[in-house]
Amino acid sequence: MLAKRIIPCLDVDNGRVKKGINFVNLVDVGDPATIAAEYEKQGADELVFLDITATNQERRTMKEVVERVSSQVFMPLTVGGGIKSVEDMQALLRAGADKISLNSAAVATPKLITDGAKKFGNQCIVVAIDVKRNVEKDYYEVYTHGGKTATGIDALGWAQKVVKLGAGELLVTSMDKDGTKSGFDIELYQKLSALVDVPIIASGGAGTSTDFTNVFRESTVDGALAASVFHYGEITIPNLKKILKNQGVNVR
Amino acid sequence: MLSIIDYDAGNTFNVIKAFKYLGIEVQLTDNPEKIMRSSGLILPGVGAFGPAMETLEKKNLIGVIKEAVLINKIPLLGICLGMQMLFEKSSEYGNHKGLGLIPGEISAIPEKSGLKVPQMGWNENHLKKDETDFEFIANEYTYFVHSYYAVCDKKYLISTVDYGVEIPAMVQSKNVFGTQFHPEKSGKVGLNILKTFSEKVVK
Repeated sequence: MLAKRIIPCLDVDNGRVKKGINFVNLVDVGDPATIAAEYEKQGADELVFLDITATNQERRTMKEVVERVSSQVFMPLTVGGGIKSVEDMQALLRAGADKISLNSAAVATPKLITDGAKKFGNQCIVVAIDVKRNVEKDYYEVYTHGGKTATGIDALGWAQKVVKLGAGELLVTSMDKDGTKSGFDIELYQKLSALVDVPIIASGGAGTSTDFTNVFRESTVDGALAASVFHYGEITIPNLKKILKNQGVNVR
Repeated sequence: MLSIIDYDAGNTFNVIKAFKYLGIEVQLTDNPEKIMRSSGLILPGVGAFGPAMETLEKKNLIGVIKEAVLINKIPLLGICLGMQMLFEKSSEYGNHKGLGLIPGEISAIPEKSGLKVPQMGWNENHLKKDETDFEFIANEYTYFVHSYYAVCDKKYLISTVDYGVEIPAMVQSKNVFGTQFHPEKSGKVGLNILKTFSEKVVK
């Protein structure tokens, strides 16, 4: 059967991999191609590259990084950050990306999802959703621009809408959990899974191997994404997969 | 030399990168003479069946590919949609004729509860052929992205994966090979498929 995917996320700034702690303080952890090759060796199932500062600074995408990585690493690559047009998508796909992740741009221009899906297929279009619980009004709220801008949009409704528009996968980050290392927001993924039938990637909150086991056992997410726990070696992928296998989770 | 058939398929450049990484010389071409003089052919492919066949037809490549494979006996490896196009027909958005190099047809993956279509991700290969250069694929995971699959006789199967139905993952009929998965995105195993095709199948 299809394996659950373990996905390291490489936040990239100016061609270097960074990890934003709560999206703000950046710590340099190195060269994208070197890190990608290391993750391939470890058994990562997919890599996500996010140009985290791209939207704010109006910086263009990281075509060269993708070109370089995909010449040395032969696994699925998702690229996001600063993509604002079908031409941007095409440039990255030609450079070697397999999937394009849209976040702020999808909120600003939902039609971009449909245009991309029509041209490249739904499987190419990932919509990334940054979600924070609005305690006051009691709903999951969508944030954009690297988690800095509250939109007032209900995340559950947004997820359904983007799938209708052509999104082939959702990458959903819980901002409440991100950086806390207290586990994935399982309740959020249970709610989302009941509403949409495209693959969902859980993100935000990974601290231990048990957190991965829990999200796979208690929700139907297809993959789990993390950055710092992998980058700093707090969790190694071979060890994580061994634990998951022992717990009955189907991994590669 | 190996030729990658040039018809603007989406994964062409990643396939070229994989061969380059392996140190295997390939040329990207739609030139009939070059195709006929190749030691082996690669037919990449991503997207929908109908438009892809149309592009091949517009480029006058259908007859060339058939002649190269059937008369000159040049080995061919079709990848993903390129593999599907090796079969006789497909029901993806209407009925379309394929290259007809392997008996069988392309159908939609049946919708079953809990299974998402497209199948997207790594699935485990079950070996279906006793004697093959690709025996190493047994129990290895390879990377799939597809909504349609091949329905064909068992004798053409090298390996299958389980996705509610048994999905042909790697197929062969004589000198014609195909992988539903993306070898250029399947890590070491995938590279090994390309290497084995170019070293053991292509002579």
